[in-house]
Amino acid sequence: MITFALDEEQTMIRDSLQAFAAEVLAPGARAIDEAGETPADIIRQGWDFGLIAASIPEAYGGGGGERSCITNAVALEALGGGCASQAVAIMAPGQFVGALIDFGTEEQKAEHLPRFAGADPVAAAVAIQESQFGFAAEAQRTTATRKGNGWVLDGEKRLIPLGDRADTFLVLAREDSGAVQAFIVPRDTAGLTVAAEAGTQGLKPVPKAKITLSSVELPGSARLGGDAGIDAQRLVNQARIGAAAVAVGLCRQATDFAIPYAKERVAFGEPIGKKQSIAFMLADMHIECETMRWMVWKAASLLEHNDPGAAKATVLAQDYVRRKAVKVADDALQIFGGHGFIRELPLEMWLRNARTLTVLDGPVSV
Amino acid sequence: MADFRLSDIDQQILDKVVEVGNSTVQHTRYYEDHEHETPPARLDGEIGFEAVFPLFGQRKPDDTPLMTFMMAVSIARGSTSGVVRGLGLGMPNGRAGGLGNAALQSAGTPEQKAKWGNLFLAMSITEPGVGSDTKAIQSTARLDGDEWVINGDKIFVTDGVKCDGAIVWATIDKSAGRAGIKSFLVLKDAPGFHLVRQEKKLGIRASDTAAYAFVDCRVPRDALLGGDETVPKDGGSAGYKGVMKTFNMTRPAVASGGVSKALGAFNFARDALAAEGVEVDWSKSFNQRSAVEQKLIEMEADTEAAALTVLHAAWLSDVKQPNNLESSICKAKGGEVCRTIPQAAMDLLGGMSVSHDHLVEKYLRDGRISDIYEGTGQIQRLIIAREILGYSSEELT
Repeated sequence: MITFALDEEQTMIRDSLQAFAAEVLAPGARAIDEAGETPADIIRQGWDFGLIAASIPEAYGGGGGERSCITNAVALEALGGGCASQAVAIMAPGQFVGALIDFGTEEQKAEHLPRFAGADPVAAAVAIQESQFGFAAEAQRTTATRKGNGWVLDGEKRLIPLGDRADTFLVLAREDSGAVQAFIVPRDTAGLTVAAEAGTQGLKPVPKAKITLSSVELPGSARLGGDAGIDAQRLVNQARIGAAAVAVGLCRQATDFAIPYAKERVAFGEPIGKKQSIAFMLADMHIECETMRWMVWKAASLLEHNDPGAAKATVLAQDYVRRKAVKVADDALQIFGGHGFIRELPLEMWLRNARTLTVLDGPVSV
Repeated sequence: MADFRLSDIDQQILDKVVEVGNSTVQHTRYYEDHEHETPPARLDGEIGFEAVFPLFGQRKPDDTPLMTFMMAVSIARGSTSGVVRGLGLGMPNGRAGGLGNAALQSAGTPEQKAKWGNLFLAMSITEPGVGSDTKAIQSTARLDGDEWVINGDKIFVTDGVKCDGAIVWATIDKSAGRAGIKSFLVLKDAPGFHLVRQEKKLGIRASDTAAYAFVDCRVPRDALLGGDETVPKDGGSAGYKGVMKTFNMTRPAVASGGVSKALGAFNFARDALAAEGVEVDWSKSFNQRSAVEQKLIEMEADTEAAALTVLHAAWLSDVKQPNNLESSICKAKGGEVCRTIPQAAMDLLGGMSVSHDHLVEKYLRDGRISDIYEGTGQIQRLIIAREILGYSSEELT
């Protein structure tokens, strides 16, 4: 059935995260962006909501809740409505955990999931992005070659969220058959080197790293899903919709920030909000915030049920959010005029973050 | 929990709606060329809409809520390429399905509903010089004994030829602005009522559009909809608000019409290009697509997004939540895609898309009105902007 209803638990999660986003994430966003670093305390406060542990099965020490892409979309939008960067820093480990829950063998789950069910934040990362322009997740240059019962990985992965501290990487690589698969690579594996990134336009406070894989030898058990492998497209699509959900929150935040300003700022004797050129921009921003959310929810819902229509719904939602989110953030900046260009206000930060979120595959997942 | 999957029976109903809608496709061109001819009750090869009704009986309580589902039905129905019978507005060819009937139901007294409820009623608001700014209407009504005497000109009366009568807006006190505006039920045999002409239009030709003249037109005193003859001093008017409430109910339906034409044009373009070997590969990243693939994706995403806003507005009414703002949102989106998507479809298909050999050009012509009637896209944005900025209709004009 078609319904837009959230259940009681989802409503509670949304409301509590919206309050956290407004009271904790938003006030610190500018300073954190300038510093280019998310404070450990923020990551801990986010971790304390138990969002990542909630969907880990009880057998591995988790909450045993439903692994729900819709719930994650709601949570990511709520957090993104306070600060996209902090939202990503808080939720990035969930990308690794979700992939393990969805695709991992019993052995892989037993080995990795329990440590994410504890009280202290743990960092792990999914490595999708590569160096080349025109990067496409389905055409990985990083290779995984069979060697005996194991694998040898070669390549370079970029802009890995929490890559500076992750204890484990889930590396996407192309096998000889051309299929993309994911490999669990502990940080201390021989041949793996982690280096700092030069910095990025948006999501600056999200710790990022690049990793180089030089003849990294892995046991056969390192391949996520074992012999069955994984549906890599589904994994990447969950990441795409995760980023889109954060972008919807960002757009809502930017729109809600621009509305009172349009009522305060006087030009030619009246508030600019009373001029149709500005009022209609705000109306369109509001329309698109709503519309983007339904597109994200539909894709998340179909991904959650592993519906045959999920791949298409993801493409449509990602395309829609990619076009509209940048436009909303950009229009919000325009309403503030020159003030939007100055780093004192968050407008330019939101534009950078919106552009970054809608061009990366990830860095969070639903 | 939020869900967007249709049950098997709901999918069957939508498939049947499409089958019914397409069953008259061989006659479509004829009625485009003979726009003032009413098709017979049953055309050669036609599957009547009643073929859908038995399936409705198989729906279960946990299927998509009814208003929401009816919007999905309306979108499916309007996307087909057969002969259109009337405007529809989501309702299957109902005799009492005119816009005036919606106004009667939301603003009429019980006596008026009992008396006129079975008639087919059009809505007559627009005048040659007055469109969206309805409080400026010039038609007048004055009480003379036990009758109202109406004078003025009305245009763009949807179903104005085939209806039994119309709900006509006229002012009983021009100095009072919108507070003086009342609705009158005028039957076509009223003395002084004139059906001036039937318009020739770009599209939606199966829906007749009339112009009326009222020359000392006399109707009984109880023809004033709602029965309130007073003119409030505070500027408000229950009658006026009653009709505005009607629009909140009809906007999602009208928006669904716009979305349906976008969907029809998109489906046509997708299938035609597939036959030429051009298809979207859903596994490719966004920067790996051809320009045509990207355009197809944008068209489908925009159409889907507009459809979701329609479903959302209807769903809110299903769960008894206010949907004024959402009705305007979906009307704005429906109005947007009814223009952009058929235009884009013709872009992709090239020169032959203009030919009467094909129906894709009809979606552009039929869809175009959806961003105009029941409030233009600009009026919707005005309503939305007032709402989110907290401005009154006087503060933001």
